[in-house]
Amino acid sequence: MHAHFLDPYIQRASPIHRLDPRIKLVLAIAFIFTTALTPPGAWPAYVLLFSMVLAVELLSDLGVGYVLKRAVLALPFVLAAVPVLFTLGGPALVSLPVGRWTLELSQPGLERFLSIALKSWISVQMAIVLASSTSFPDLLVAMRAIRIPRLLVSVFGLMWRYLFVLADETLRLMRARTARSGQSDLPGLKTGGSLLWRARITGGMAGSLFLRGIERSDRIYMAMVSRGYDGEVRSLPLPALRPTHWLVLVCGLGILVLLLLLAYLV
Amino acid sequence: MHHSIVVEDLSFSYSDGHTALRDVSLSIQPCEKVALVGPNGAGKSTLILHLNGILKGQGRVHVCGLDVTDKNLARVRAMVGLVFQAPDDQLFSPTVYDDVAFGPLYQGLPQSEVEQRVQEALAAVHMSDYARRVSHHLSVGEKKRIAIATVLSMKPEVLVLDEPTAGLDPRARRSLIHLLAELPLTMLVSTHDMLMARELFPRLVIMDEGKVVADGPTQALMDDIELLEAHGLERP
Repeated sequence: MHAHFLDPYIQRASPIHRLDPRIKLVLAIAFIFTTALTPPGAWPAYVLLFSMVLAVELLSDLGVGYVLKRAVLALPFVLAAVPVLFTLGGPALVSLPVGRWTLELSQPGLERFLSIALKSWISVQMAIVLASSTSFPDLLVAMRAIRIPRLLVSVFGLMWRYLFVLADETLRLMRARTARSGQSDLPGLKTGGSLLWRARITGGMAGSLFLRGIERSDRIYMAMVSRGYDGEVRSLPLPALRPTHWLVLVCGLGILVLLLLLAYLV
Repeated sequence: MHHSIVVEDLSFSYSDGHTALRDVSLSIQPCEKVALVGPNGAGKSTLILHLNGILKGQGRVHVCGLDVTDKNLARVRAMVGLVFQAPDDQLFSPTVYDDVAFGPLYQGLPQSEVEQRVQEALAAVHMSDYARRVSHHLSVGEKKRIAIATVLSMKPEVLVLDEPTAGLDPRARRSLIHLLAELPLTMLVSTHDMLMARELFPRLVIMDEGKVVADGPTQALMDDIELLEAHGLERP
């Protein structure tokens, strides 16, 4: 009776999985920043970035198909970049009449749009590899190590812990509703009620889920306080990074800086 | 009489690969009251969720003269009243009235009939004065009774309860036992409450590791201390 769909972590014995989570997090963030900072239309740089992410995918043993499939999730967000197609000036490729207005699809606009789409697609893949190759508790440790505020990290941690509980709770609520959604033995009755009535029921369910969430958070807080929680998040010190870790980190960052320079110079 | 539960060679695995039921067979006669006991994780709740098709395993489940198949689901759900362990899951509407009326309203019954069913169901659990109350603020024992009323309003032929006495204080437990003794329905009750099982249910089914390991008269099985201990149960 549990929801299993949330955890993206997949256990493998790859070098990417074995890499220290702190290094992984920093490199993944640096990679995403590099990708975001490359100028629009720097196609050779995109090819290099893509081959990097592809190499990491192959090394991670997750399966390129798996990562590409999950990366499709990012596609709807690309829609946010659609206005760019028409708002940048330049030579028009196609004109679309919309009522009294005409939308002009410009060449720089198209170039910018394709760049944004490619860049977000590449970045999302790196984020997926990070989330699939690092367990969430390890990611939290890494966030703490790179000095993300501890309160924020503990909020992430609690959210992750109770997302599953909340999903289970939702599942049980929906089961209870399904169990009572029957059909009378009297002929000629329309089952299911009106759309408005069903919407009201669903609203009630969302409301009670919300109330239970608040109550549960109260209980959790009391359980924390009763064990000495005073608002300050404490944790054990982390093991020091070994020289090989530093080497991987410096090399990785170096390559990314080089790539960025190349993208602007070429 | 057609209304009884027949389960034949039912097996079920959860999507994470955990096998919860292995070749379970069970049949319950009309108006029989049966207790289902066994350790946590024995598959009791999983079995119960099959009785109105919320889970679908391999094998045959036949309830009240109908096969539990997609075609019959709506009828089956009206005839098998399933009361979940946590009453908070069962009570998802703002008021007690709305919750008890959910089943009949869903079936599309006319307003007067819904009204009457709600009153009857609340009267059956001795909670008539609670119709306008907010379910959220009731005590656990009260919630439990309302949860039973929410399925009684569908006029089910079989009542299936998942650990009804869990978390109740002695008085609430006692009054729930009286209530269950009063209701003239076929009953399958999953429980850890061996005392209640002995008091209320003439027949006992013991499950462990997804299998039915014993099925017989309650008193005889409860005298078999070796059997009880082998499956993590205590003689009351």
